[in-house]
Amino acid sequence: MVRLLQIEFIKLWNNRASKILIISYFVLLTSIALVAAIKFEIGPIQFHLADQGIFNFPYIWHFNTFIAALFKLFLAIVIVSMMSNEYSNKTIKQNLIDGLSKREFILSKFLTVISFALISTVFVFIVSFVLGLTYSDFDELSIIFSNLEFLLAYFVKLVGFFTFCLFLGILVKRSAFALGFLILWAIIEQIIFGLLGWKLVSWETASAIKGILPLEAMSNLITEPFSRLKAVQSIANEIGEQVNLDYQVHWYEIVVVLCWTALFVYLSYALLKKRDL
Amino acid sequence: MEKILTVNHLSKKFGQLLAVNDLSFTIEKGNVYGILGPNGSGKSTTLGIVLNVVNRTKGEFAWFDGKTSTHNALKKVGAIIERPNFYPYMTAVQNLNLVCKIKEVPNTKIEEKLELVGLLDRKNSKFSTFSLGMKQRLAIASALLNDPEILILDEPTNGLDPQGIHQIREIIKKIAAEGTTILLASHLLDEVEKVCSHVVILRKGEKLYSGRVDGMLASHGFFELRTHNTELLKDYLGKHASFGAIKEENGLITAILKEQMDATELNRALFDQGITLSHLVKRKESLEEQFLELTKNQAN
Repeated sequence: MVRLLQIEFIKLWNNRASKILIISYFVLLTSIALVAAIKFEIGPIQFHLADQGIFNFPYIWHFNTFIAALFKLFLAIVIVSMMSNEYSNKTIKQNLIDGLSKREFILSKFLTVISFALISTVFVFIVSFVLGLTYSDFDELSIIFSNLEFLLAYFVKLVGFFTFCLFLGILVKRSAFALGFLILWAIIEQIIFGLLGWKLVSWETASAIKGILPLEAMSNLITEPFSRLKAVQSIANEIGEQVNLDYQVHWYEIVVVLCWTALFVYLSYALLKKRDL
Repeated sequence: MEKILTVNHLSKKFGQLLAVNDLSFTIEKGNVYGILGPNGSGKSTTLGIVLNVVNRTKGEFAWFDGKTSTHNALKKVGAIIERPNFYPYMTAVQNLNLVCKIKEVPNTKIEEKLELVGLLDRKNSKFSTFSLGMKQRLAIASALLNDPEILILDEPTNGLDPQGIHQIREIIKKIAAEGTTILLASHLLDEVEKVCSHVVILRKGEKLYSGRVDGMLASHGFFELRTHNTELLKDYLGKHASFGAIKEENGLITAILKEQMDATELNRALFDQGITLSHLVKRKESLEEQFLELTKNQAN
């Protein structure tokens, strides 16, 4: 396993574009901390974002994992190109001839994806933990370490998304087209939802079905955290709106994403096995 | 003799096209093999199958008597097929390091092999800056990193300039001299003739011949003769039982032997007949002539 990761590391780290993207990704993850510095004054109203409760435990776990997940596109580019470049440089052929099995090839890519997700999760944990300790109004241990399921959801979300990218890289073989396909797929999911609700089934069933589609399932894992903010809630109350979103991470949402992940890994392997290079 | 590769009734179809048809042959340790055949005769496909990059339709193959899985066997093989494939953004040394990791061999031999192919002074240049000849030499260095049991080369001189072709051939000869088993696929016959002891000849996916180079045609060679009195010579040769076909081209007579005959013997016999020669050469058919003969026979 270490050998497979080392192989992937040599390939990635010697590629300048990948290296820059990976570094900027982690710099951006750290930069969530900069949000704390947002402060402005409009006349008599002083606004300091850090005082709005966004860094309170356990809400911070929710907020930070949601924001951090937005940056995943950077790594998606790296992952799609690390897969499709093997095709365009024909190095996949040479790898196999040199004695890497097809199984090992897919495994080395998947292990890299898991490592990326794991390192990101640890990163987000540390950044949030430090921010929380600095700004949170609550500092009892039981509160600090509650709602950690958001970190698990974040990890699963990244693994699922990156595995999808991996699969697209193998399927399409060209990085630009694979990324295009990713965007196209996001739109297709919405179209499927629209068609189902409009013509075939009730809107409720349609949105349940939509929840099973890969990208939607991944985004459902962590619901947007903004409407949970006190300020937003009170504004909503004033205009007579009730915000009734389910913010919890549900086990079945995690299962759905894990199923997609398994399917994508399997399909990547099946595709590679079937193809003549 | 230790078997390195056994291929049994191998077939490969690409849709309707039968690229390899019921092919069987054996590669034994210590020999230098050539796979010959025109373009599209299934050479690369066959190599692709035994190298794990093309799926077979039917048949079997086994490396080292089938004692290990294919991908583990390939760690003991060095192979280059068609174009050299490396990571363009990595230097020669970085690429070879990666190959060492895949083959699970220590990276202590990198400098030695780069030296062998004459790329040591360019070891820290990116692969993308290499000329085709240099890329091909790097591929050979990479294939040799594990001191392979067998070196497989598919059209190693394709697309190279004369100097590059010469360099690659010198390297192949050097490696062959060290006793490494080599399998060389090529449509360039003189290339194979210069280094190979055994050949497998393919045409349209079928095997025409497999065995020693000199056993390819049951031939005793031929004489090339020239004299002032051409008619007399032709008359004598035509009556002689040892000769088959006799051809004349620009006064040069080519007489194909049906049985063994020494050049001295012929010279003496002709002199006794009053025929003096200005030119006498005994030759074996070149591989090219034998190959054309063989593929022609099969076509009829």
